[in-house]
Amino acid sequence: MTTATQAAQPSAPVSEDEPRVLDPGLAPSDRVFHSVARSIGVFVLVLTGSIGLFLGYQAIPTLHRYGLSFFTQSQWEPERDVIGISAVLLGTFEVALVALVVAFPLAVALALYISEYAPPRLKSTCVSLVDLMAAVPSIVYGLWGFFLLQPNAIFLSRWLSQYLGFLPIFKVDTDPNAAVWAQSRYTASAFIAGLAVAMMVLPLACAVMRGVFAQAPIGEREAAYALGATRWGMIRAVVLPFGRGGIIGGTMLGLGRALGETVAVLLIISPAFDIKFRILEVGTQTTSALIAGRFGEATSSQLSALLTAGFVLFVITLGVNTVAAIFVGRSRSGATTEI
Amino acid sequence: MATITKPPVTAPPGAPTATPPNQVADRPRPMRTRTLDEWTSLGGALLGSVALVWLVFEKILAWSGTLGFLVCWYIAFLALFAAVTSMGNPRPVVVDRLAAAAIHASALLVLFALGSTIIYTILKGFPALLHLNFFTQDMAGVGPDAPLTKGGVLHAIAGTLVEVAIAVVISLPLGIGTAVYMTEVGGRLSKTVRTVVEAMTALPDILAGLFIYTTLIVAFGFPRTGLAAALALAVTMIPIIARSAEVVLRVVPGGLREAGLALGASQWQTVRRVVLPTAKSGLATALILGIARAVGETAPVLITSGASTFLNVNPLNDPMNSLPLFIYTSVRSGQPQAIVRGFGAATLLLGLVFVLFIATRFLARQRVGRR
Repeated sequence: MTTATQAAQPSAPVSEDEPRVLDPGLAPSDRVFHSVARSIGVFVLVLTGSIGLFLGYQAIPTLHRYGLSFFTQSQWEPERDVIGISAVLLGTFEVALVALVVAFPLAVALALYISEYAPPRLKSTCVSLVDLMAAVPSIVYGLWGFFLLQPNAIFLSRWLSQYLGFLPIFKVDTDPNAAVWAQSRYTASAFIAGLAVAMMVLPLACAVMRGVFAQAPIGEREAAYALGATRWGMIRAVVLPFGRGGIIGGTMLGLGRALGETVAVLLIISPAFDIKFRILEVGTQTTSALIAGRFGEATSSQLSALLTAGFVLFVITLGVNTVAAIFVGRSRSGATTEI
Repeated sequence: MATITKPPVTAPPGAPTATPPNQVADRPRPMRTRTLDEWTSLGGALLGSVALVWLVFEKILAWSGTLGFLVCWYIAFLALFAAVTSMGNPRPVVVDRLAAAAIHASALLVLFALGSTIIYTILKGFPALLHLNFFTQDMAGVGPDAPLTKGGVLHAIAGTLVEVAIAVVISLPLGIGTAVYMTEVGGRLSKTVRTVVEAMTALPDILAGLFIYTTLIVAFGFPRTGLAAALALAVTMIPIIARSAEVVLRVVPGGLREAGLALGASQWQTVRRVVLPTAKSGLATALILGIARAVGETAPVLITSGASTFLNVNPLNDPMNSLPLFIYTSVRSGQPQAIVRGFGAATLLLGLVFVLFIATRFLARQRVGRR
């Protein structure tokens, strides 16, 4: 390096020192890079944003025409010009709630098992299994729910309605104690669809919770043990409070997924447009299953009504996911812990 | 405690350092292992509850159903386990053991559910997979009740591959380009892009299909083709790929970027030669996650592509079938043969997802920075 400059110096004419320009601006190649990257970003922004705007725009004529009755009417009979989503929304929430009630304790327990109880050698296998569970296509869970789960779950349904039938949600409109009980009254219900959806919610919620539980500060864990806590005592005193944000956030993410799930629900339920809280009884309807079932024969105004139902669903899932993101973001991060 | 009750004066002068006979040396509490007491109460409670529930459930009350039996058994087990443990242990230990039992049982239950899903699908689909024509023929002219020696899912496999390939070609550059824009270029607008992209991951998959259906097929009058399905898949994939790619690019150490710039490289050169190669395996993971999601998507395909029974590899003309759609239509037809075919296709789909999944694991294991 030095020899080269020394050899070059005598031949080259000595010029005045020029200060380097410290902010030369962007090189031409970078200018191209920036504009290309920005245009891609803007394109994706426009594309994805336009979906939301499009759905909202399509909803205007329907909402204008049916007004508030769109939200209060339960029947969906376009041929009679009676359209409403109250029963559909109720069904959507029933399926999602069943899924959450089943998936939430299992997800918390599985996340705790992976982060606290599993032997170290099994841990990475367990994480892979949960990821695999998330990757299984929803139609496969639909098949599982319809062919394997349903014939078994109707016994549970009947049992619940026999002994808890005095609660309105567990009531089924048939005699559960009859010698030949009406099995078909217990099939294709929101309960069974919810069980299948729980299989999709569970890995999603579990992955978020496990990530947060694993970050629970080691110093506080050791402190709890040093004070004589049992393992469960440590979990209750350290891991669960630390992971509260992750638990809520993961559950909300799962709820968002459960509300939008289509094909597994479509396979299991038989459509019914009644406002009913009897989740064990045959027949219910969810928003996405309604869209998948009705888009084919829809005229343009009916399509607009379906799009409106979809828009309402989108607004709900968007709200749920936003709340989830806030909770996950607010959860105490490992950076603030003292060791 | 013991040393206080026994004054040290009485200790024999010959052995001043020896511990008094009744003082136990400190031993750490076993946190990970189980004592004999725990094992025996566990085993006893398991056996006792099986016997009890069998007697009550099957013999006295004459209920039926495997699921109900298991539920009752588990509740009886927890009660017995708590009762046995509380005979010789304080309350925190009882709670600890019950919690451990509940957590282990939940993990086993989830494992059982996942295992039963996969094994049941494979077992039901196995008869279809035994015939070679299942892989080499399509369903043209084959009724849903035709024997398994006729017809196959070649058209669905081809359709899935074509649709996913087009969706990847569209969504990969857009997704990674968006991620590069959000992490490397930045600026005010990038925050808006990030917010909207994150919001769009909440889009229920069926709405992506409905969007393409309403705009492309109803408004512009295109027929239902593989291209429409691929576009719907791309719409669902772009936010997924963009978000996970952004996470990967964000963890590339800033020092590497600065080193590249300090060597006189332009930002584009730094991104192309340093940042993207460093994050290569993570980006591949993001892509494969997106593909795995798209391969299994049924709802958008159901709306946009139309189900053909014949082999069609041209995405611009004619309807095109795909594996999830084939599964859905076969199972819905209700014919036993068609259901077996549907399960066979589901096994293929699971295998495809599994291969992608293994590839993800393999790529994720490669360390960042080795290129």
